[in-house]
Amino acid sequence: MSDLDFSEEQIHRYARHIILPNVGGKGQKRLLESKVLIIGAGGLGSPAAYYLAAAGIGTIGIIDFDEVDISNLQRQILYNTADIGRAKVDSAKDTIVSLNPDVKVECYKEKLTSKNIKEIIEGYDIILDGTDNFPTRYLINDACIILNKINVHGSIFRFEGQLTVFKPKEGPCYRCLYPEPPPPGMVPSCQEAGVLGVLPGIIGTLQAIEALKLILKIGRPLIGSLLLYDSLKTEFRQMRLRRDTKCPVCSENPTITELIDYEEFCGVRV
Amino acid sequence: MPVSVRIPSPLMKLTKNQGEVSAEGKDIREVLSDMERQYPGIKERLYDEDGSLRRFINIYKNEEDIRFLNGESTHVQDGDEISIIPAIAGGILLSKNL
Ligand SMILES: [Zn+2]
Repeated sequence: MSDLDFSEEQIHRYARHIILPNVGGKGQKRLLESKVLIIGAGGLGSPAAYYLAAAGIGTIGIIDFDEVDISNLQRQILYNTADIGRAKVDSAKDTIVSLNPDVKVECYKEKLTSKNIKEIIEGYDIILDGTDNFPTRYLINDACIILNKINVHGSIFRFEGQLTVFKPKEGPCYRCLYPEPPPPGMVPSCQEAGVLGVLPGIIGTLQAIEALKLILKIGRPLIGSLLLYDSLKTEFRQMRLRRDTKCPVCSENPTITELIDYEEFCGVRV
Repeated sequence: MPVSVRIPSPLMKLTKNQGEVSAEGKDIREVLSDMERQYPGIKERLYDEDGSLRRFINIYKNEEDIRFLNGESTHVQDGDEISIIPAIAGGILLSKNL
């Protein structure tokens, strides 16, 4: 791929990629042509979207139906104090475009459901799950299996984070790991659960780097492995994940073939 | 045979805020029973009414999920590390009475 495909400004902007072995101009072109969907523009989605934009991902989709609240600013770095009350997707788009005008931002200010998910994720190469609830995580998993999309999964709780990559057919899926979501009675309201400010930054940027590796086809993506991060112990561990031959969605004979909208059991949205 | 058991933060209230405890047993079942003896209430969090391990909590022996070993009959020995890893979703956790 010739450098002529880049503008003068792009050659400077992406210079550290272009000189990097295994990335180069060709890799940068690939990033600019790729499409990543960020589901949930919160603690995980913010740093992931921001770094992916800086790295020159050509199209970033952002789905979130919320508005910016002051309590988000402790960790959701896409937003400023002046953005309180604005739609997260609009505010996120402004932040991203002012960082890198090369990025095309597609905004979806809606709630992800079994009705709209297929249509939304269809056009993307990689799906980055940064949601905060079980119903949406299962919905994303199942839709990604059905549409054969790679799902970069991150989650956080208090001082701990989890990260893995679900690639259909090559590795396990979320249901291989946890076949069913916990019943509503086992989950207290969202407000009770705190999270250490920087923690989503760690996990969200790890999700972003997995996305880059997958697009560039470099290194070994975190397929079949669950990374656990304990911020208090400053410890990373990896657990082996295997495909469940009886998985309800990704096995040879799946019992789940249609998308399910699980009951929302968190906080005010019940 | 003592093994160390790693406790996830949603369950640490039951272990007096310890993230790692020691328990005895020759397999996972015995280790978890010993955990219940030392920290009453933990079994209810790990097992459902039918007495099977809850589907949103996985138990690992070292790096392996016991579902792909011998389940609760998975043999353990001195020095093994057992980890209890629940599904986490974001702001939410999955155990009641926190
Ligand atoms: Zn599966």
